[in-house]
Amino acid sequence: MSGFQTNSRVIKWIEHRMPVFSFLDHSIGSGYPAPKNLSYMWNFGSLAGISLVIMIVTGILLAMQYTAHVDMAFDSVERIMRDVNSGWMLRYIHMNGASFFFIVVYIHIFRGLYYGSYKAPRELLWMIGVVILLLMMATAFMGYVLPWGQMSFWGAKVITNLFSAVPVFGESIVTWLWGGFTVDNPTLNRFFALHYLLPFVIVAVVVLHIWALHTFGSNNPLGIDPKGPQDKIPFHPYYTAKDAFGMGVFLILFTAVVFYIPNYMGHPDNYIPADPLATPAHIVPEWYFLPFYAILRSIPDKLLGVVAMFGSIAVLFILPWLDTSPVKSGRFRPIFRLFFVLFMVDAVLLGVVGAKPAEGIWLTIGRIATAWYFLHFLVILPLLGVFERPRPLPTSISKPVLKGGGASFAGATAKPMEKA
Amino acid sequence: MRKGLVFGFAALAAVASLPAAGPAAAAGANPPLPAMEWSFDGPFGTYDRQALQRGLQVYREVCSVCHGLKYVAFRDLADLGYNEDEIKAIAAEYTVTDGPNDEGEMFERAGAPSDRFPSPFPNAKAAAAANGGAAPPDLSLMAKARVGGPTYIHGLLNGYQDLVPESVLQWIFDHETETRNHRYEAALVEYEAALDAYEDKVKTDPAARKPIAPTEPDPVTSVEDLGLASTSNFNAYFPGYGIAMAQPLYEDSVTYADGTPATVEQMSTDVSNFLMWAAEPKLEDRKETGLKVLIFLVVFTGVLYAAKRKVWKDVPH
Repeated sequence: MSGFQTNSRVIKWIEHRMPVFSFLDHSIGSGYPAPKNLSYMWNFGSLAGISLVIMIVTGILLAMQYTAHVDMAFDSVERIMRDVNSGWMLRYIHMNGASFFFIVVYIHIFRGLYYGSYKAPRELLWMIGVVILLLMMATAFMGYVLPWGQMSFWGAKVITNLFSAVPVFGESIVTWLWGGFTVDNPTLNRFFALHYLLPFVIVAVVVLHIWALHTFGSNNPLGIDPKGPQDKIPFHPYYTAKDAFGMGVFLILFTAVVFYIPNYMGHPDNYIPADPLATPAHIVPEWYFLPFYAILRSIPDKLLGVVAMFGSIAVLFILPWLDTSPVKSGRFRPIFRLFFVLFMVDAVLLGVVGAKPAEGIWLTIGRIATAWYFLHFLVILPLLGVFERPRPLPTSISKPVLKGGGASFAGATAKPMEKA
Repeated sequence: MRKGLVFGFAALAAVASLPAAGPAAAAGANPPLPAMEWSFDGPFGTYDRQALQRGLQVYREVCSVCHGLKYVAFRDLADLGYNEDEIKAIAAEYTVTDGPNDEGEMFERAGAPSDRFPSPFPNAKAAAAANGGAAPPDLSLMAKARVGGPTYIHGLLNGYQDLVPESVLQWIFDHETETRNHRYEAALVEYEAALDAYEDKVKTDPAARKPIAPTEPDPVTSVEDLGLASTSNFNAYFPGYGIAMAQPLYEDSVTYADGTPATVEQMSTDVSNFLMWAAEPKLEDRKETGLKVLIFLVVFTGVLYAAKRKVWKDVPH
């Protein structure tokens, strides 16, 4: 099975006792065959991994300077910004890194949604991915509380208070989460502990994600299985080179924000120290939570709102069984394509609504957008599989590529590769 | 088709009118801030040392009476172009509480460069007590803690009744009049519904209470019409137009060491510059590093792109 070869005696010695090099070769090296037609949309998985590493490295360094105490947290962050060598850089990287991590992961998810990457045999891969998303959200939420600014405090208060909607045990759960009768020092301490822990849990789940991925390999823009070796190329050097270039582009955009508009995605109120007696005029979460916040607020009933908010993620878990179409790639599903675009618009609209006060026209728009979100998954996707007539699939990955301009889908396949 | 158009426009009009009718919008709507051009704007922007020094003077002579600057140390003033002796001299003008000493007593001593600007009040409660219940906020981060940042601070300092142009006052009067009319119209709809319900109810229950008609609001034509609390001062750019702080800057409030005429406009611009530096002292460092990082990354990414093309050369696609 192992095609791993080396001339180095040291590597041979280690490999014989612990086959770590052949393991790496099978995972991200020349021994891992990948479909040859992956577009740049397939860069975002590795970019998410890079983001996670950036967050963990800067996070550990920040934790060495940060003080998790209600009286000192805000001051300690300002000390990092002013007196710690390059502390401002570490903090701006970490702060904006969270946003970029979510941008990358959201694109990664939408890519999966469009190309049907959640379909058999990759259901478990997809579900593990949703677990990672949930863990990321929990980590990001608790991280935002740590600077102990106004939005930190009130965001924590609003979100933890959601659990009070749980029947019977609600109040007890909230008290238990807080470690007291309001968001206070025990809350900050446990959030810090968990914010430090969860990223490593994410690393572990990412390992599972990659394990599940490597069982059947990547999906591809055509959504058909590679038929033989002519459809595949080794991960290294082809996709390592492509991912490296993608990383370069990502880092250019990321550092442009970090060094030139570091506070653009933040909220000015979080530069005001937390004050339990002064509620901000509008409590808004970080931008990456806005669509879910909009869903929460669009339901008049508190408990149902919480259920809908968690349901909007939970529905992703059962997505592989909701989408009844046997065709994976949206390229060959003309009607699905339309609904996919609508769904993207809907998701963005929910984000806009989440940033607006929940009143007047925004409430109405939010309700329609929320209804559409669930309609898309629970009604449209199941029905599309029955009523939609997909376009004919190519017989193999290589065929449309090699034939050139002939077939109708050849142009579509060639497009992303032109950049290559 | 035409029906659709009419409906579309009606919907648009509804969207356009609603923000004014919302209570949050009514409390938060302020005229657009006077546009400013800052030396620190843009990717290559830097601080204007002269403006920072003048701004420091305004802070020390005016703002610091009520507002702290607790995250800024005297040693940081080196950024403003002061040398070590000048910084020592500035610090020494302040009295700092230190201790406890070997006798266990707190004592006062002259400030040193390593000290931070002492706050004017020992704690927030004392600050509130001395200022009619509203504690003056610390200014260290003010330029990052408000939407608009330094432009907001400059606008606020020029937003008092005697300082704003007539057009800005008119903007507020028009806006308030409109808001009150919207509120009145909404109340009227509610009133009419309540009146209908009352007329039904009174047939069976003569004790039913008749709803009270809302009174039509008068147009707002003066600052007095805004009905601000007696303890607050009008400010065009403060949310709700009523601010506890009285107008702090008047012509020649300070006498600039460099001879610059101390107009309100000049002082407010200088102190906004200074507060931006106080909030973001590493701004120049950040932009400079960013340029190096970006130049490296653009070259590096170019190399990666070339490598990628070379690797993929032989793959048919």
